[in-house]
Amino acid sequence: MDKKKYIEDLKDIKQMMNRSSRFISLSGLSGIFAGVIAIIGAYLAFQTIYANQNYLDYRQASLSSETLLYLLIIALVTLLSSIASGIFFTTKKAKKNNQKLWDSHTKNLLINLFIPLATGGILCFILLLKGFIGIIAPLTLIFYGLALVNASKFTLQEIRSLGLIEIILGLLGIYFIGYGLILWAIGFGILHIVYGIIMHLRYGS
Amino acid sequence: MKEILKNLNKAFENKVRLGIMSALLVNDYLDFNTLKDLLDVTDGNLASHLKSLEKNGYIKFTKEFIGRKPNTKYSACDEGKIAFSKHIKAIEQLLK
Repeated sequence: MDKKKYIEDLKDIKQMMNRSSRFISLSGLSGIFAGVIAIIGAYLAFQTIYANQNYLDYRQASLSSETLLYLLIIALVTLLSSIASGIFFTTKKAKKNNQKLWDSHTKNLLINLFIPLATGGILCFILLLKGFIGIIAPLTLIFYGLALVNASKFTLQEIRSLGLIEIILGLLGIYFIGYGLILWAIGFGILHIVYGIIMHLRYGS
Repeated sequence: MKEILKNLNKAFENKVRLGIMSALLVNDYLDFNTLKDLLDVTDGNLASHLKSLEKNGYIKFTKEFIGRKPNTKYSACDEGKIAFSKHIKAIEQLLK
């Protein structure tokens, strides 16, 4: 009996399983929910920043420490509820498909997602403290887009193009600074809903 | 010993077929080109091995079109999954 061949076979099997699989339990529903939450968050932020100003007139963003705190709370609640819905729907889908939620691919996915994302988050927080509020919304789009492109190798292929569009929206937001929040609502809200629907239709819940 | 050898499956003795089954076991489905890239084999080679696995009832495929391009998706049947798991277990026992 040629034992060497079988040792080689086992190695091949393991390698192929690792190489071929991506994190495919990503749920389209979580995208739709995150999008809706983002739009609500953007609306509340819009109301806060441009409070008591006529929509049709020239608008000026103004922040007192009180509204700053309120904005931070909105941001935090938006972020946490999006993450929670993502975890909820993805866990559900993984269970339904009999897939492991936590494996080497989930780990790869999260690590590669969080390196650009955490960098962007910290940068935006610093800018917020320094008072550069105009570029924060587009910067979150850019870093989120970079994070998605970076992580897309480990999950569904659609994530890559989603990331690229987020980056473009972010760059537009840096140039057209007054539209930052609207572009943010498009990027985090509408795009998530659109991609969520596409992925839901393609891969099911 | 004889028991173990009986569980070793001739269908999986080939490297390409072994690779196909490994990949399909951990993926819902894979299309032809993905399999080709993963295994680094020629079209003809891959097609013939896919056909033999299909004949055994270990894998199944669906054809659809992406735009105008035909796209064939392969997935492992339950029977194939069971047979492959048995094969792996037999190898592991053999190496003990």
